Amino acid sequence: MKVDLQQVEEVARELYIRALKLLPPDVKQGLDRLAAGETDPGARRTLGTMVRNIQLAEDTANLLCQDTGIPIYNVRIGRGVEVDGWGLKEAIRRGCARSTREHPFRSSVVHPTTRANGQDSTGRGVPVIHIDFSDRPEALEIEMVPKGSGSENNSWLKMAIPAEGVDAIKTFVVDCVLEAGGKTCPPTIVGVGVGGTSDLCLHLAKSAATRALGTRCEDPEGAKLEAALTRAVNLLGVGPQGLGGDSTAFAVHVETAATHITMNPVAVNMQCHSARRARATFGSTGVEYGY
Amino acid sequence: MAHHQFSCPITEAQARALRLEDTVTLNGALYGIRDATLIHLFDRGRKTRFELRGHAVIHTAPNVRRVAASPASPAGYEPVCIGTTTSDRMERFTRPLMEQNGVRLVIGKGGLRESSAAAFRELGGAYLAITGGAAALQTTWVEAIEEVDLDDLNPESLWKFRVRGFGPLVVAMDSRGGSLYAQVQQDSRGRRAAALASLGVKSH
Repeated sequence: MKVDLQQVEEVARELYIRALKLLPPDVKQGLDRLAAGETDPGARRTLGTMVRNIQLAEDTANLLCQDTGIPIYNVRIGRGVEVDGWGLKEAIRRGCARSTREHPFRSSVVHPTTRANGQDSTGRGVPVIHIDFSDRPEALEIEMVPKGSGSENNSWLKMAIPAEGVDAIKTFVVDCVLEAGGKTCPPTIVGVGVGGTSDLCLHLAKSAATRALGTRCEDPEGAKLEAALTRAVNLLGVGPQGLGGDSTAFAVHVETAATHITMNPVAVNMQCHSARRARATFGSTGVEYGY
Repeated sequence: MAHHQFSCPITEAQARALRLEDTVTLNGALYGIRDATLIHLFDRGRKTRFELRGHAVIHTAPNVRRVAASPASPAGYEPVCIGTTTSDRMERFTRPLMEQNGVRLVIGKGGLRESSAAAFRELGGAYLAITGGAAALQTTWVEAIEEVDLDDLNPESLWKFRVRGFGPLVVAMDSRGGSLYAQVQQDSRGRRAAALASLGVKSH
């Protein structure tokens, strides 16, 4: 299968807009599930407002949230796919800029020191583009995540040591949720990276935070941690928007990687209740959109 | 718990009458500000031509569309999606906004901290919580973008919106020093040991 770069540009443009407007079904179901179990009346009202907003965004074809985020594109190239890699990155960048100017919506991207805004959601190293490979034959997938800053500003890394054990990981996650309070727009997906190097650990946390609700860590040890931590953080009573209640997190997601004999790293990255993502799959029969 | 309908400007007495968990709905003028706006106003000495005395500000940077100026869009901008950002980053600007510009109400999400609580108490103001991330809904409460100042900072310009039925917003910090956020924070820190115990971790 040969990939048409003009089509990639169109898809990159379309994906950003879709992600900003249509919340994935697993997140909608997650909100319904939390609302059904919530015992605090104020928290129930807040969750109800979130549900109403999702419907209204669909009905009016508007953005769910004003924060258009930092654009992230995750590309997975299957077997037997022929693509000009450099051209692919350029096409994604062009599509990202066009979506911002043509819709139009807010460019949330600035230079880190001058704070100059190029008004097209791109800049040095942005959009963030991750490229990986899969064993799917004849398929190229692009996932788009507009990562909001309220949750992204609450990201942490701790280089714990082996003598502190798994307890250090658990304690760190609980303390990060307490520290975040209402700033991350809870209920959140708490992404936890365990192991790796410092940068891999943070990347794992981001992958975990942006994973679909209902999915589990492939490492059984990570999956055990997910279940226990999800229960634990929802005992804290932070609640929707940090105003109290049972619904602090949809879930804690964990991703793991092997690490060094001297290391015990843990990272936390959060995703807000507007847990947006969109996906396109290029196959032999054309492009299919999903989540 | 009382409900208040406000058309700003409001008086100090009106701001001081607000109690935690009361609700507020705004009509008329509402000003949008955020990081860059406040940094330029208070760290870089820039001035605004807007009179903010007695008014409400919201922590926002909207999505807008440039259009020809008309009676419906006097500033040459049309709202696309207007929501609310996390207030915590703007903590140190609450007092100067109130002292120097006379702002009475701050609307945001996630809450403000102790120095803002002190400013609300000493100067007579309140923080009104809005549901973060519910911007499609909040956009329907904005009738028009009436004026814009400091627009070189776009989208972090100083915006003047005309709103209708903007709310209900919840009084989450009041002029008696009360804060729902501080209450929840204290309560949740008190639950830390139990959460850790559920994980088999002894807290210290």
